[in-house]
Amino acid sequence: MLHIAHVSKAFARGGPVLADVDLTVERGESVAIVGASGCGKSTLLRIIAGLEPPSRGTVTVAGEEIRTPHPMVGMIFQEPRLLPWLTVAENIAFGITSLPGSERTARVQEALDLIGLVEHASKWPRELSGGQSQRVAIARALVARPSVILLDEPFSALDAVTRADLQRHMRALGRRMHLTLVIVTHDLEEALILGDRVAIMQPNPGRIAKIVTVPGDGDTDLARRELASSFAHLSGARNAAVLEGARVEYALTS
Amino acid sequence: MSDVVGHSPALTAVQRAAPRFSLRDIAVPLLLPLALGLIWEGAVSGGFAEGRLMPAPSTIIATLGELAKSGELEVHVLATTSRVAVGFLLGSIAGVLVGAITGHFAMSRRVLDPTLQALRAIPSIAWVPLFILWLGIFEASKIALIAVGVFFPVYLGVMGAIASVDRKLVEVGRIFRLNSLQLVSRILLPAVLPASVVALRGGLGLGWMFVVAAEFMGAAEGLGYLLIDGQQTGRPDLIIAAIVVFALLGKASDALLAAAAKPFLRWQDSYQKN
Repeated sequence: MLHIAHVSKAFARGGPVLADVDLTVERGESVAIVGASGCGKSTLLRIIAGLEPPSRGTVTVAGEEIRTPHPMVGMIFQEPRLLPWLTVAENIAFGITSLPGSERTARVQEALDLIGLVEHASKWPRELSGGQSQRVAIARALVARPSVILLDEPFSALDAVTRADLQRHMRALGRRMHLTLVIVTHDLEEALILGDRVAIMQPNPGRIAKIVTVPGDGDTDLARRELASSFAHLSGARNAAVLEGARVEYALTS
Repeated sequence: MSDVVGHSPALTAVQRAAPRFSLRDIAVPLLLPLALGLIWEGAVSGGFAEGRLMPAPSTIIATLGELAKSGELEVHVLATTSRVAVGFLLGSIAGVLVGAITGHFAMSRRVLDPTLQALRAIPSIAWVPLFILWLGIFEASKIALIAVGVFFPVYLGVMGAIASVDRKLVEVGRIFRLNSLQLVSRILLPAVLPASVVALRGGLGLGWMFVVAAEFMGAAEGLGYLLIDGQQTGRPDLIIAAIVVFALLGKASDALLAAAAKPFLRWQDSYQKN
């Protein structure tokens, strides 16, 4: 479904951010990308979304090259980015205004049901909690019916309980709707919950150094250990703080 | 729910909230001018002030009453108000359009903005002889002068607001593949609406100031004409009466504009709700 081939990126000011990134994500598969801060994982996601052009290489979705934002690719950002002058329902409908009114209404209703915010349809974004706002952002991406959804640290600003709830919800939605998900996160636990595979990125310049497969039977202990030690090893040489964080996380979760 | 999804945000906002006014909203702003008027009235009637160059409020009210009775006040108010209305309409339309274009397109900003900023620095009175030469002594030159006065604050407010719209919201538009026109109408303009209302109110205030300069060009009617008439006939009561009417009209038009904008800004998460 999603094919990233030899993607490199260098900005005019500054050195290379990504070097020769290759990744293939199958239809319905979920891949989490983890890595130390500044390793280029968000830049990679923006290239897949068509928000940034790659300096070299190609991104294709279902055989179509992505150079600019594409209807088959939806994105959920770190912040909900709801438009404050639109109600919840209007925000959800934002990307499907070209559809006939009845279809638009039906899709928004369905999305509101899906995220459990039917009674909040006519509220302003300022009246929602952080978790509710992020649910609306998820619904806004889903109603456009993309095949691939990109999530850029979507739950990092939420409290632990809401985060866990939304992680489960997103996982279930992805499976139910057979979505291809690419999630960028710095949270190894989140990567394990949401990803069928976890790609670890190494910085300077950013590249995928290792891919860990998460078993589908729910027994993630082995994957967790492998992920934590690989992450610590790959990040450690350059970032002592991340290494320490990974060690603590490893110690806590193993 | 179709109502919520199907209509424009502006309409929905209007449906959700009709403005309400209480007696307090009207009475509180009147306290200061009324108090000042009473003090001055007391000073003149008590013999503490002469009141010849600064007549007592009762004299000014009497003058206004005479003007109203003779029908003159209505003529002058209508003349001035219609000039401000047309000048404000033209100036604000141009200001919003040019501000939106220069705010959105960096190249147009680089080309247009330096010239417009230089033109903004020209004193209003400097335009008068040129407009008279170009457009004659009648209405066109007066309206052009008012429109120029309104244009600059509106242009500056809209351009600045558009240039500072949150990049993250613009990215939402890009993800949903909005073209430039859709980006302006669906994200940039709603995002800058609060700042634009402030700019429009500033522009309206300048419109009322520029109309005086415009009517000094040689109007036969209008509140500016009343000011000149009062000066030439040595009647400070007439001058102050005209100034009072200017203040009332300016305040009323600003309140009208603010009230008209209020339902469209209900979504704002403001510090102050009252």
